[in-house]
Amino acid sequence: MNAIIGEKLGMTQIFDDENRAIPVTAVKAGPVVVTQIKRLETDGYSAVQIAFKEMSADKAGRPATGHFAKAGVAPQRHVVEVRVDDPDAFELGQTITIADVLEVGKKADVTSVSKGKGFAGVMKRHNFKGQGASHGVHKVHRAPGSVGACATPARVFKGKRMPGRMGGDQVTMLNLDVIQVDADRNLLLLRGAVPGPKGAVVVVRKAVKTDD
Amino acid sequence: MNTIEEIEAAQLRDDIPEFGPGDTVRVHVRVIEGNRERVQVFEGVVIGRSGGSGARATFTVRKLSFGVGVERIFPLHAPIIQEVEVTRRGDVRRAKLYYLRDRVGKATRIKEKRD
Repeated sequence: MNAIIGEKLGMTQIFDDENRAIPVTAVKAGPVVVTQIKRLETDGYSAVQIAFKEMSADKAGRPATGHFAKAGVAPQRHVVEVRVDDPDAFELGQTITIADVLEVGKKADVTSVSKGKGFAGVMKRHNFKGQGASHGVHKVHRAPGSVGACATPARVFKGKRMPGRMGGDQVTMLNLDVIQVDADRNLLLLRGAVPGPKGAVVVVRKAVKTDD
Repeated sequence: MNTIEEIEAAQLRDDIPEFGPGDTVRVHVRVIEGNRERVQVFEGVVIGRSGGSGARATFTVRKLSFGVGVERIFPLHAPIIQEVEVTRRGDVRRAKLYYLRDRVGKATRIKEKRD
């Protein structure tokens, strides 16, 4: 299996063999259940759908109830589809834990929705420099400055970086070191930061851009 | 206890004595030079602690080295700390003794705590 769904718990630090403090993000990863298997013959491609975090049956809508009943599992909150080469290796209702996906020393990619920053100015949103703090600059210290020329082209170019909503985007962190995998507690420790607030739903995959 | 606290609890050391700002301590630090390991002692006044009761707690020790003030921040639960000896208890009225940075000589003295 290549991926698992989890929940970000927060950050802390641990000391490694060489007594260095390593910043780590703790993720409660899985267990997930297989809820649907897509095959080349029936769906045009092969994938498995995995689901995370059981919820009470009366909270599930009727379409969801039917979908999970088909797989023979309790209704789940989060559902993610993962492409696989061999869908026959999985069966409906099968439980997948973190130990099936990652091991210590490997690298992982983590996808999640970043923290929303609200309506942000250009300095925060696009790393503009802003303007001077003194030398007669008047009330425009964090302003973007000019947004274009005059009669030619007589418009502002599309894609011009301006203030606006920031954060709340899907962000993927690549190649985070796997520091610890605890299958009993469904706990995963990754080196460095992971997008999103505590409690965010994260998808952890085997690193796609490393050789091993 | 939440999971983060559980992870940190596994790393806490219980062999560190109680000490606070104003105390004079001798911190025995393991230093690795090439493939040799030796112990270096850093002795000075604790001018602050931060990080509360978790594994990320640190303390700052200030000393004068050849007339120059030197401060070193130690992670309280770091494995490189072999031992912390408390040599003198100081009687101070605040948690962070940053005012010591602006003082020299006699003015840096700290009253000893009497029970």
